Amino acid sequence: MTSTSITLEGCGRTFPGGQVALHPLDLTVAAGETLVLLGPSGCGKTTTLRIISGLESPDAGGRVRFGERDVTALPIEQRDVGMVFQNYALFPNMSVADNIAYGLRIKGLPREAIRRRLEEVMAMVDLQGFDTRRIHELSGGQKQRVALARAIAVRPKVLLFDEPLSALDAKLRDRLRLEIGQLLRELDITAVYVTHDQAEAMALGDRIAVMQAGRIAQLATPREIYHRPTSTFVADFIGAVNRLEVHATLADRRLRVSGGELHAPHLAGVAAVYCRPEDVQIVTADSADLRGKVRQSIFLGQSQRLLIDLGDSTCLQVETASRRQWRAEEPIGLRLPPEALFHPECHAYPAKDLETNHA
Amino acid sequence: MKRMRFYLQLSFTLVVCLFMIVPVIMSVMAGLTTNYFVGLESGLTLRWVKEVWALYADTIWLSIRLALTCLFLTVLLGVPAAYGLLRSKRRWANAIEEALLLPVAIPGLATALALLLAYGHMRGFRESWLFILIGHVLFTLPFMIRPVLAVMRGARLAELEEAAASLGAGFRQRFLGVVVPNCVGGILAGALMVVTLSIGEFNITWMLHTPLNKTLPVGLADSYASMRLEIGSAYTLIFLAMTLPLLVVIQWAGRFANRSRTP
Ligand SMILES: Nc1ncnc2c1ncn2[C@@H]1O[C@H](COP(=O)(O)OP(=O)(O)OP(=O)(O)O)[C@@H](O)[C@H]1O
Ligand SMILES: [Mg+2]
Repeated sequence: MTSTSITLEGCGRTFPGGQVALHPLDLTVAAGETLVLLGPSGCGKTTTLRIISGLESPDAGGRVRFGERDVTALPIEQRDVGMVFQNYALFPNMSVADNIAYGLRIKGLPREAIRRRLEEVMAMVDLQGFDTRRIHELSGGQKQRVALARAIAVRPKVLLFDEPLSALDAKLRDRLRLEIGQLLRELDITAVYVTHDQAEAMALGDRIAVMQAGRIAQLATPREIYHRPTSTFVADFIGAVNRLEVHATLADRRLRVSGGELHAPHLAGVAAVYCRPEDVQIVTADSADLRGKVRQSIFLGQSQRLLIDLGDSTCLQVETASRRQWRAEEPIGLRLPPEALFHPECHAYPAKDLETNHA
Repeated sequence: MKRMRFYLQLSFTLVVCLFMIVPVIMSVMAGLTTNYFVGLESGLTLRWVKEVWALYADTIWLSIRLALTCLFLTVLLGVPAAYGLLRSKRRWANAIEEALLLPVAIPGLATALALLLAYGHMRGFRESWLFILIGHVLFTLPFMIRPVLAVMRGARLAELEEAAASLGAGFRQRFLGVVVPNCVGGILAGALMVVTLSIGEFNITWMLHTPLNKTLPVGLADSYASMRLEIGSAYTLIFLAMTLPLLVVIQWAGRFANRSRTP
């Protein structure tokens, strides 16, 4: 399958009412790459996707390119994009096979070629034997598989997903996410995937664009986004994050925070430091950086989340193995290794070390 | 207590049905008795039916032709019109949708008079059955547009069309392959109304008809006024024999279309 790169240049979108859905935006998706657009509701994910698909045009000045080709003026039916929608958008008047073959028939392929391709994609999405089923006789997961098969049947240059799994229950969502990931790798196709589910974004994206109010807040690999967020918005939006205010910088460049002192040579002069709950280690009192009291423990099954009171009404979230039971008011010692501490505007700590420490 | 209420309701329903059906049965029987004033003892006959056929066969054919052409035109005009209303974001689209009810509120005679004033001087046109057809289309078009529009609104058409477009379908292919098949239920419901209204339409047709262009209801009025009672009744019989099967078929088709579509 020949995949193509996608380039957006200065693509903004202002709706007639004056509502700015998207500020002028530059974005490149490499050929064969899966880019995930992630962000809270209303941040412009769907709008970006629709500009790429051709369902929406960018404001004047914006350009959309597939490879070298400028497709800004082309309507969606001439862009060779496959789309998978949140509500499946399957044709209720057709059978499963007719839905999947729709694009092939539109292309005017010979009957035999259609039959062969149909068999091929139905095997790909594990739908053999469903040919004559009506759409309303399918479960949600099966419907989304039909939608996927229909989109890939025509061998599009680009695959676009708009929250394809958000109408499904958690278990099914996990399974289909794996299947979609596998399919995208197999097809080696350029894909843009919109979601507001960060687990989905992490699992599927080669890169993630975190969007905020019509702008891209950060565009990087999942690892980078998670461990080196460049804004507090991104740090907060992806996973949980602790913020500790720095009360003073001591002579040996140690930072005084509520509950103790931290060693963070790469974070000089910051007003606060950040860390992920799972990076905080529980240690004995004498080797602890911070001391506090357990306020509450939340059992999550595979782990537990402790809320630690560090005094000065500062609270720290810690994620730890779930066997040991913690009582409220129990004293606890914590260690925060330097590489676990970060600040969105200050990334002096070498990326290499980050990877080795967290991979 | 509950049983008693059930029987009370049942008998009430039956009484109401009888009240409506008895006159129909009496009329049908009148068309089949040799002499209505003597009563059933005079014997049953098909003589009157044959006589009606000899006198009025052309009105029956004209009515059928009118109804079918009218149906064809209302589908041809109504489905795209409903689609246009669905897509239009402008405020006047709402106003037009409301205005669709006007032909129902305006007396048929007034509509007919307006048509006569506007086109009455075009002799060839005025004397052809096409003139009546225009009246029928005007009158029945809203009954096609409204159910089709209602079904379109419920069918997530925009999304389906976007999906079809992403698969390479141009506007024509989308309209014929996705839009129309997904509002078949509405088209059938509309067709039922259009055909029955067109076949039974009297007010407009009576104003517009010429001696050579009489529809069934106009002929019916004619026979009531000038013929034996038995002939008028036999005419009613033929009218029923024509419309009832038609209604049943369209109802059945509508049920079938719905079953194959909705969950
Ligand atoms: N047709 C429209 N007319 C006016 N404003 C619109 C239109 N479509 C979207 N918007 C606005 O543009 C902004 C971005 O919308 P968009 O659909 O891209 O958000 P999203 O990130 O996909 O959100 P969600 O996660 O809820 O789907 C929103 O504030 C929305 O209200
Ligand atoms: Mg959206």
